Amino acid sequence: MHFPSRGLLSAAILCAFLTGCSKAPQAALAASGGGGGSAKDTKGRKDAPDFALQDANGATVHLSDYKGKVVLLDFWATWCGPCKVEIPWFVEFEQQLKDRGFAVLGVSMDEDGWKAVKPFVEKEKINYRVLLGNDQVGDAYGGVESLPTTFVIDRDGKIAAVHNGIEPSNGKDEIRNEIIRLLDAKRSARNRSILSVPAIIAGPAE
Amino acid sequence: MARGAEFTEHISVQVKPGFHVNSDKPEDEYLIPLRLTFTGPLQVEEMVFPKPERLKSGFSAKPLVVYTGAFEIAVKFKVPPNAQDGPNMASGKLRYQACNDRECLKPQTAEVNLSLDIR
Repeated sequence: MHFPSRGLLSAAILCAFLTGCSKAPQAALAASGGGGGSAKDTKGRKDAPDFALQDANGATVHLSDYKGKVVLLDFWATWCGPCKVEIPWFVEFEQQLKDRGFAVLGVSMDEDGWKAVKPFVEKEKINYRVLLGNDQVGDAYGGVESLPTTFVIDRDGKIAAVHNGIEPSNGKDEIRNEIIRLLDAKRSARNRSILSVPAIIAGPAE
Repeated sequence: MARGAEFTEHISVQVKPGFHVNSDKPEDEYLIPLRLTFTGPLQVEEMVFPKPERLKSGFSAKPLVVYTGAFEIAVKFKVPPNAQDGPNMASGKLRYQACNDRECLKPQTAEVNLSLDIR
């Protein structure tokens, strides 16, 4: 349908949009985490910020609860198509690797909260813990201006790799390989030395 | 602009190359639709969105119903009979959510302001 424009008003805004201009650069946190792929050397890894978020049962979950495990921390949303490509990958990883000390944590950035997220989790049969995110945790992880943003965190709670967006061709294998390398890696030297402190040995006096 | 007068304004929108925004009627229940709302002295009589395109995407089994590039939203306004004389402003908000073939940006809101002189 067409109706005549009077053209008497001042010009309506040209909306600049979208994307790119509204996309704040991922903060130093993400950049230092290794942006886009291969796991960073242990020396270059920054601490993954701890958080306290609620899961679907109302329980409060901290990242620090998972110390000692390799964690895939996935920021996603039900309205994010590329995120939905990755979710089946992560379901598979959780199933295959959880007994090796691995866990997926999905942080939903849905503004509609559990109303949107719970039905989606049930429909997609997500087998890993899903948490409801907020601006604070997003800011702590560099802003998370785009989704999916996926952090691979080592057993010491440090960010080994960051993935912004998906790579449909080899993204699954790349992330899986990163996880396996971290699972196979020895614990950090500090932790090893603590673990190897011997118990007191009793023996005959000299 | 006289009280009781009707007129149409075309809101121009430009989407950056490589990105798309959902149309006002996306076919997936989870997608965030394009929404334009106004507050202020003008009444919105009708809003016409352009015909969207159906975009094949690597991350969706169904084509996405979206806008890309430049498009216009035609808004038919009416000046209410009790509108105040003099300069007035109608404030609009365009809510959108954009993606490319690898990632999606968080929903954003752009301000749309129309100024007019009512007599």
